[in-house]
Amino acid sequence: MIDARNVVKVFTGRGQVVRAVDDVSTTVDKGEVVVIIGPSGSGKSTFLRCLNGLEIFDSGHVVIDGKDLANRKTDLNKVRAEVGMVFQQFNLFPHKSVLENIALAQRIVRRRGGDEATEKARLLLQKVGIPEKENEYPSRLSGGQQQRVAIARALAMDPKVMLFDEPTSALDPEMVGEVLDVMKQLAREGMTMVVVTHEMGFAREVADRVLFMDYGKLVEEGTPEHFFTEPREERTKLFLNQVL
Amino acid sequence: MVSTQRLWLWKLLLAVILIGMAAGTWGAVNRIDYTWRWNRVPQYFFYQAEESHQIPFDGQVSRIINAEGTSTVTLTSESGEVVQVAVGTDTLRVSEGEDLFEDDTIGFTTEWSLGPLMTGLWTTLWLSAGASVLALIIGLLTGLARISKNYTLRGMAAIYVEFIRGTPLLVQIFIAYFFIGTVFDLSRNVAGMGALAIFAGAYVAEIVRAGIQSISRGQMEAARSLGMNLIQAMVYIILPQAFKRILPPLAGQFISLIKDSSLVSVIAITDLTKSGREIITSTFATFEIWLTIAAMYLIITSVLSQLVFYMERRLSISD
Ligand SMILES: Nc1ncnc2c1ncn2[C@@H]1O[C@H](COP(=O)(O)OP(=O)(O)OP(=O)(O)O)[C@@H](O)[C@H]1O
Ligand SMILES: [Mg+2]
Repeated sequence: MIDARNVVKVFTGRGQVVRAVDDVSTTVDKGEVVVIIGPSGSGKSTFLRCLNGLEIFDSGHVVIDGKDLANRKTDLNKVRAEVGMVFQQFNLFPHKSVLENIALAQRIVRRRGGDEATEKARLLLQKVGIPEKENEYPSRLSGGQQQRVAIARALAMDPKVMLFDEPTSALDPEMVGEVLDVMKQLAREGMTMVVVTHEMGFAREVADRVLFMDYGKLVEEGTPEHFFTEPREERTKLFLNQVL
Repeated sequence: MVSTQRLWLWKLLLAVILIGMAAGTWGAVNRIDYTWRWNRVPQYFFYQAEESHQIPFDGQVSRIINAEGTSTVTLTSESGEVVQVAVGTDTLRVSEGEDLFEDDTIGFTTEWSLGPLMTGLWTTLWLSAGASVLALIIGLLTGLARISKNYTLRGMAAIYVEFIRGTPLLVQIFIAYFFIGTVFDLSRNVAGMGALAIFAGAYVAEIVRAGIQSISRGQMEAARSLGMNLIQAMVYIILPQAFKRILPPLAGQFISLIKDSSLVSVIAITDLTKSGREIITSTFATFEIWLTIAAMYLIITSVLSQLVFYMERRLSISD
């Protein structure tokens, strides 16, 4: 489903050169749930954003469902429509109601009719557990509710892959659970997912594979059992000791 | 909260100062022996124009009916054609049975007409409205160009904005009319409106740019992550949000534009200001006319402010 090969992303600014993603290669199979962990600034977000072309990487290849993002002829908009993304800060559209947030891209990107899009939006709101909020504006929702709307908004495009960038980091502790529950349900339904998170419990319970990144490099990857019981690399051990 | 309790005191002080200034002005004017003639002002808003009516052919007055100060005159031509003309009874120049030649005057009617202050106001309004619409288009495009990834577009937009903001509007109007207008054979109205639009457009561009940049990057990223292209993201996500934020400064810019439009009177466009100057050459009510014109500008701009205030409240429902 996703094949990343030797992805490099360099940021230059103010005389500094940061290799935010440094030669990362990995594959994500259909239906697989991959969790990326690592310290702050290790390049997790940047790598995730390379996977839907939100960040234009400097070299390497990212092939999504057979389409190479590095190829100039690839229509990035088409690829992005197939790859859902959920952000740490939700990024709901504040000028649109909850229902419109979920229906808008269906109409203008997928060219669905208004009724079809609205119906789908209602169904998804039901799925994420807040059907009663359809006419509210995002600012009137709690963080957990906003993030669930954001998930519904991404799902409305019928994505083949879902990317999550620290979806629970901006939430009050009591709301983390409701968002993780939605994500777990998605995983059970066989959605292909790449999740950047600090929720080690989620990684242990849901992940098929865990990637550990540090200084832009993919340091270690393996099953959760491997990771949380017998990590190989020194840096992985150090990090896990800090967060567990 | 001490200050709130004493608010009436400050209000009183404000009133005293205003009355004092008015009295001072009044006294100073009295000293220079100026005769106020406010009664001359209304005729420059509306006046009664007299229109003469002629017979359109050689013929005869076949009938006159008088009613309520109006006389309806029926005229019959030699070939049997019949027309009716209504004129004021006291201005009637013909009697029943009289033979007339084509274009002989039958009488007059009086009608209310717009005076120069009203026609000038109208010119100011459409000039400003037209320039505002153009400025909005220019400003939107330039604002987008300013934040574009393309160096050439960015450069052109920056040069335009710098040039306009770095030169006086009066000079720009002269250039638009005497230079560009001469080369491209533009009328003064086109040159005037164009100069105003290009001037305001540069400021609108900066407002638009700042407005778009004030929308968090996450909005664009969310829109793009859903597969929207750049234009769709701009039209559906960024611009509607930016518009809400830039409405107040934008309105301020358009209010400025109405006031700045008074400068086009230098290229002989008869706007409100130019009308005032013309009226003063024929009457000597200098003080009255300028005060009246100031009041007229003030009324337009405050009505506009109120309108924007209302729109802002309507738009803020989703916050
Ligand atoms: N737009 C940018 N311009 C310059 N440098 C950037 C930019 N985005 C990220 N970086 C740098 O790239 C590196 C990786 O950042 P990234 O956000 O991917 O880390 P992260 O692992 O997601 O961290 P966190 O856990 O804090 O979200 C950091 O050093 C960061 O400062
Ligand atoms: Mg991050």
